[in-house]
Amino acid sequence: MTRRFGLLPALLGLPLLLSTGAALADHPAECLVAEHELVRTFSLPHVAKAIAARKLDIVVVGSGSSGLPGAAGAKGAYPARLQNALAAALPGVAVKVTADVKSRRTAAAMLRALPKVLATVKPALLVWQSGTVDAMQGVSADRFSDILEEGVARAAKAGADTVLVNAQYSPRTESMISLAAYTRTMRWVALQHEIPLFNRFAIMKLWADLGTFELAGAANKLDTAMRVHDCLGRLLADLITGAAKPGGPD
Amino acid sequence: MAPVSTDRDLRLDLFRGLALWLIFLDHIPSNAVSWITIRNYGFSDATEIFVFISGFTAAFVYGRAMREHGFVVAGARVLKRAWQIYIAHVFLFAIYLAEIAYVAHSFDNPLYTEEMGVRNFLASPDVTIFQALLLKFKPVNMDVLPLYIVLLLWFPPVLWLLLRAPVTALGLSAAFYALTLRFGWNIPAWPQGMWLFNPFAWQLLFVFGGWCALGGAQRIRRIVDSSLLRWLAVGYLALAFSIVMTWYFPFLGAFVPKFVSDAIYPISKTNLDVLRILHFLSLAVVTLWFVPRGWPALKRPVFQPAIVCGQHSLETFCLGVFLSFAGHFVFTEVSNSLAMHVAVSVTGIVIMVAAAMLASWYKQLERGGPPRPPTPAGTPATAGGGR
Repeated sequence: MTRRFGLLPALLGLPLLLSTGAALADHPAECLVAEHELVRTFSLPHVAKAIAARKLDIVVVGSGSSGLPGAAGAKGAYPARLQNALAAALPGVAVKVTADVKSRRTAAAMLRALPKVLATVKPALLVWQSGTVDAMQGVSADRFSDILEEGVARAAKAGADTVLVNAQYSPRTESMISLAAYTRTMRWVALQHEIPLFNRFAIMKLWADLGTFELAGAANKLDTAMRVHDCLGRLLADLITGAAKPGGPD
Repeated sequence: MAPVSTDRDLRLDLFRGLALWLIFLDHIPSNAVSWITIRNYGFSDATEIFVFISGFTAAFVYGRAMREHGFVVAGARVLKRAWQIYIAHVFLFAIYLAEIAYVAHSFDNPLYTEEMGVRNFLASPDVTIFQALLLKFKPVNMDVLPLYIVLLLWFPPVLWLLLRAPVTALGLSAAFYALTLRFGWNIPAWPQGMWLFNPFAWQLLFVFGGWCALGGAQRIRRIVDSSLLRWLAVGYLALAFSIVMTWYFPFLGAFVPKFVSDAIYPISKTNLDVLRILHFLSLAVVTLWFVPRGWPALKRPVFQPAIVCGQHSLETFCLGVFLSFAGHFVFTEVSNSLAMHVAVSVTGIVIMVAAAMLASWYKQLERGGPPRPPTPAGTPATAGGGR
């Protein structure tokens, strides 16, 4: 287990228990540059139980940015990559990730779909991606917050943990889609309900700033998109396994 | 009730100018330089400063007009100002449409099929433009001017009452704010949702600014200058700072007791959360502590650029929104380096200052005065009321 020192605590001279999880060496380096964006402050008890029982069912509920276009896209999008990474990280556990992904869905639309999904899949974990469509539609941030809270409560009632996934970083449309209020709301809901937040926005922004992936490019490049999603799936798997460690997150 | 002084308080212009710079920096998405702005260190941001000072100057200018020329003349001037702001808003909307159209034509990335939904607004321009003219469709960063328009539209009766029964006016405003929070009143927006800046909530800060301008500041001066309140303000700012740090360093979140996070979140900007008001008031108290009225340094050249921007706030604000679009365009099309972020931020502010100086110069011309070089300290340039 590695221990790292973040900037602020290092300045303050406080040792920081920001562990980055074990057994990561097999991820490509381009994924790992964003590893420190994963924060596993909160635990995933249902997932831990499911892993112990050797059967882990996960459902990803999301909108367009949880998928990629085309036939290859479905296999290359992060829900499928998450299943691969989890299966590799958890030998002997039957991992199944179901993706319930449709374009242009607001959080409210996903909340309406949630009871059926929870009933059919009976997941130990709900991965809920949201934010972009609500921002484009101008859903009020207060309402967005209420909807997320209700979804988290429903999942808990159905025996599932929740991980929230925020909007992706899209450099070209930043001045047209104002995400700030929605990413902030997701952070607060996650904090309040003590559930992990997969900060996809910060991870992708870091990649864009470092030049790891060219995200502002205008070209139609499916291979870059596939690599981005592969990394997202791997990092999400790291977040989940880290948060589900017996005895809680490190 | 007469205002205590007929001189324009330069601190208002200074801080409104600074607020406009901060709004510009914050409006450029992912701008590294925006780390210096106050929204990163507390609950409130430059919007509160802008709205409060706008209320203050509007009451100061139109209050004098109302006393001298009566309700109809002053009211007509207020409405003329609201009309100017509306025109400015529509102008900015045209620029926004042009930008969407450009991106929609030049960008095709499989990662971002969802985000490209913004171009749907172009698919039915009849609806989009009509909704924008109705102020129901307000794209990114274009929410402040509609708020300002609504606040000005109902300002004439508010001002009338502020001049006669200031405490009653402020009390009604606070009661309206409380009822708004209680019953969730707001103006509907398009394609859905509500106004991002709820005018029924934000009016409180605007009216409070007006109340301060018309003698209220004088009344509460003792309290504001008391050391107890100053230290309470400092304490609150420190508390807000430590909460905000948990947003940037999520592992610190574990140190915030659950009852605290239950009590404070969500901190609504739409409805001008009480925590935000308190944060703004604390900032104001501390600022007044260090920058007293008539502070000699206000006349120093170093503050003139911000002051002249504050004196031409509408022009500067609109230009700032345009420049933030342009700045983001430079980041994506030219370079996204830190040096470029600094260069764009500094250049933008220089352009805003130059434009404000030009506006000062025009104003002198229109008054028929000699076209002297702009001397901000001498111009009573105001929220449009003039003399």
